Amino acid sequence: MTSGPVATRRGVLAGGGALVIALAMPLKARAAAQAAAPFAPNAFIRVAPDNSVTVVIKAIEFGQGAATGLATLAAEELDADWSKVRLEFAPNDDALYANPMMGTMATGGSGTIATAHTQMRVAGAAAKEMLVAAAAKAWGVPAGKIAVANSMLTAPGHSATFGDMASAASAFPVPEKPTLKTPDQFKLIGKTLPKLDSAVKSDGRAQFTVDVKRDGMVTALVAHAPMPAAKVANFEAAAALAVPGVLKVANVDSGVAVFAKDMAAALKGRRALKIDWDTSNAETRSSKELEAKAQAMAAKPPLPVMNTGELPKPAKGIAIVEGTYTLPYLAHAPMETLDAVVQITGDRMDVWLGSQFQTMESAAVAEAAGIAKDKVLLHQQYAGGSFGRRATFDQAFGREAGRVAKAWGGPEPIKFVWTREDDITGQYYRPMNAHKVRAAMDAKGKVVGWDHGLTGQSIGNFMMVDTLDGQKVDALIFEGVREQGYAFANHKLGIGVLESPMKVLWWRSVGHSHTGYVMETMLDRLFAAQGIDPVKGRLDLQENERAKGVIAEAAKMADWGRKMPEGRALGIAFVESFNTFVAEVAEVSKGKDGLPKVHKVWAAVDLGLAVNPDVIRAQVEGGIGYALGHALHSEITLGDGGIIEQRNFDTYPSLRMSEMPEIEVSIIPSDKDPTGIGEPPVPPLAPAVGNAWFALTGQAVERLPFARGIAEKSA
Amino acid sequence: MSVEFELNGKTIAYDGPADTPLLWVIRDSAGLTGTKYGCGIAQCGACTVHLDGQARRSCVTPVSMVAGREITTIEGAASPAAKALQDAWVELDVPQCGFCQSGQLMSATALLEWIDNPSDEDIDGAMAGNICRCATYQRIRKAIKLAASRMGEKA
Repeated sequence: MTSGPVATRRGVLAGGGALVIALAMPLKARAAAQAAAPFAPNAFIRVAPDNSVTVVIKAIEFGQGAATGLATLAAEELDADWSKVRLEFAPNDDALYANPMMGTMATGGSGTIATAHTQMRVAGAAAKEMLVAAAAKAWGVPAGKIAVANSMLTAPGHSATFGDMASAASAFPVPEKPTLKTPDQFKLIGKTLPKLDSAVKSDGRAQFTVDVKRDGMVTALVAHAPMPAAKVANFEAAAALAVPGVLKVANVDSGVAVFAKDMAAALKGRRALKIDWDTSNAETRSSKELEAKAQAMAAKPPLPVMNTGELPKPAKGIAIVEGTYTLPYLAHAPMETLDAVVQITGDRMDVWLGSQFQTMESAAVAEAAGIAKDKVLLHQQYAGGSFGRRATFDQAFGREAGRVAKAWGGPEPIKFVWTREDDITGQYYRPMNAHKVRAAMDAKGKVVGWDHGLTGQSIGNFMMVDTLDGQKVDALIFEGVREQGYAFANHKLGIGVLESPMKVLWWRSVGHSHTGYVMETMLDRLFAAQGIDPVKGRLDLQENERAKGVIAEAAKMADWGRKMPEGRALGIAFVESFNTFVAEVAEVSKGKDGLPKVHKVWAAVDLGLAVNPDVIRAQVEGGIGYALGHALHSEITLGDGGIIEQRNFDTYPSLRMSEMPEIEVSIIPSDKDPTGIGEPPVPPLAPAVGNAWFALTGQAVERLPFARGIAEKSA
Repeated sequence: MSVEFELNGKTIAYDGPADTPLLWVIRDSAGLTGTKYGCGIAQCGACTVHLDGQARRSCVTPVSMVAGREITTIEGAASPAAKALQDAWVELDVPQCGFCQSGQLMSATALLEWIDNPSDEDIDGAMAGNICRCATYQRIRKAIKLAASRMGEKA
C-alpha cells in the first residue's frame, strides 16, 4: 500500500504554513488558520509548538468512531504520541476534503476508512519526512540516522520534539510520494487505542449543534403536517403570537415556523398554532393499502432483473418453501434530532451543523436563504447519531433551515430544532418492502430454484441498473438478493416499485436491512425442510472463502451443535454488505412478553485490516443492539388519511438496557485493504434471531417487527 | 413568577412561567448544555438530572416543582460515584455518538449512590429509562460494574 493519492499542498497552496492557507482560502479554512500552527504540511495535519498534533477530520463523527480511525492512520505514519493527538472538524471545502468516491464531502456507505486510509497515511508520512528533513539539517546528520517515535526525533547526541522542529519543517518541500510503513512496522494500527472523543462525551463537554451558544440567539421550530408531503394551506397565528416569548410566526412552505426567545416559548407557541394542510400532493393512503399494493406487485413483479431458469416442478426429494414477507417503514431516530444554527451577516452566512454532506448541506442552507453558496462557512459539530438520517441528497432539512433563517430576516443567529415528533413523523424512512419468495432445495442442500418477487420504493437514482427488458430500476431496492456468494441455480428476481410522495432513505445497511432477513430466514426454512444443519448447509452453499471464514468462526464461538438448555435455541445468519463479511449466532429463548429474548450474540467479522479493533467491536455491539431494537419493536405505520401513527419513543420504542444481549466479537485477522463496519453488523441480526425462533418454536416470522409478526402468527 | 433553586451549588432565580420544563431552564436560561433534549416526554432519559440526589427527567419537571431544592447536572456531578463512573466511561470507551451519555451517567450515578454493588437486575432497573440509540448498553453495564468495583476497593 505505497501508492495512491498524494498529499501535497502544491496546487492548492503555494508555500508553507498556516498563514498561506488563510490567504488562499479566506473564508473556508479560517478555522484552520486561526490556530496559526507553524507547521501545516497539508490539509489534514498541523503540529503546534506545544507539540500537539491536530488531525483535521473530513468525515462526520456521529458515534461510528471515524474521527479516531482517521487520526490513527495519520498518527501511525507520523509516529505521533497518541496522547498528544487532537481532533478538529474540517470546514466545507470539496477541493481539500471531498470523499473520492463521491466527489464531495460526504460520509456514507460505511466508507470512511475504506476511502481515506491511504490519504491519511500519506498525509502523516509526508509530515514525518519533513520533520526528519528539518532535524537532519539542524543537526547536520543524514536523515537516515534519525529515529522517530512518540512525537520525538532522535539521533546520537540529539533529540527534539515535533513541536521544536515544527517551524523549521515547514520550510521543506512536501514529499510527493512519502514512504509508507509495512504492516509489521505498525505501532497504532491494529492496536486498541483510547478513542479521542470519549472524555468530552463523558462529562457533558462535547458540543453538539443544539448546544451552540451565540449572543442574541433566537430559537425556531416548524410545525409540520401529520401526514407525509402535505403543505401549508392556511394558518392562524394569533394564539401563538400571544404566548410570552414568541417573537414571530411565518409560513415556510413545509410548515409554519415559530420564532421565540427560547425553546420553552417556541414549544408553547407551536402548540397554539392552527394550521390547515393542503394534502393534494400528500400521501393519504394507509399502510394497509400500501402493503396490499406492494404484495400484489411482489407476486407479479413488473421489472425482471435476473432469470437463470425456472423453479423446478414439485418432485420427490425437492423441498419447496414459499415465503410472503412484509418489512415495515422504519425511522432512524438518532438521539440528537436534526438541528442547525444559522446566522446571516450581510451577504454571507455562518452555519453550525453536524453535517454528513458538509459542502452540499451548507450550500443548501445558504441558497434557500438567498445567500451565494460560496459565502457560507460551516462550523462542523459532533452529531448525535445518524444511521443514515443525516445523509439526504435532496437537503430537505438544510433547505428548510435556510427558509427559516430567511423568514426571520434579521442578523440574529437562529437555532432551528426538530423535536422528536418532527423526527419520527418526518419521513425519510427505510422503505416498507414486500417479498414473495418460492425457493427449492434438493436433499443435498443445493438451491435448485429461487424465484423472488420484491416491491420496494426507490431511494433515488444513485444505483440505477438495467432490467432484462431494457427498463431502469434502483438496485438499492434489492441489493443482497443476488450477491451473497451462495450458489443458486434457477435464480429469478423481479421488482415492483411502489410510487409514493412519501420520502424514503437509506437506513443503516440500506437494502440489506430487509433482504438479509428474507434471504437468510428462507435458507433456514429450506434447510429445515431437508433436515440439513444451518451452519453446514451454509458452508456447503458458499463459494466465497471469506464468507465461509466468518460463518465457521461464529459457529465455533457459539459452540454450535452443543446441547442447548431447555427452552433455548441458536440461530445463525450471514450477510456480506459494503464488502465486509459478518456472521452472527444468536442464543434465544421465549421471553415473558412472548417475544424472542436474545441472551447472547456471537459475531465474526472480516473487514480486511482492522485499523482500530476496539472501535470495530463497539460498532458490532451497537449495530447488533440497533438492529435488535427495531426487529423486536419498531415500525412506522400510516393510518386513515396517511396520518403517521407513531410520534415519539412511546409509540416507536427503542431497545433498552434489559433487552441488550451479551455480545462477543471476533475479528478475522487480515491485511487486505480495510472496509467498513458502521453498517455491516446490522443485517445478520434479525435473521439470526428469526432462525433461532424458528428452531425454538417452528414459527417462521414473515413480518417484522417480531412484536407484530409473532402476534399475527399466534392469532 | 420567579423560582429560586440550587443548580450545581449555585442559587438560580428563574423569571418565567411556572410550568416551564426544568430542562429548558437549565439549557436556555442557565446555559448548561450537558443535559440533553431527546424526547420531551420522559421516554429517553437524555435530560436526566438529580433532584435532591435522585434521578429525575427534567423535560417533564415543571420548574415550580424544584423551588428551594437542589438540582445537579452533569456539569456539577462531582461525587465519588460520579467521578468513578466518568473514569470508567472513558476507560471502556463507552460513548459512541455521546448524546445520551450525560443522562446515562446521571442515572448510573444515582444508582451507585443508592447501591454500592449493583446486580444486573439493579442495573436493568435503574437504567431502564435511558435510551441509547447507538446501543452501547453492554459497555454501560460493564462501566457501572467497573466503577462499583473501584469504589469498593477504596472503601
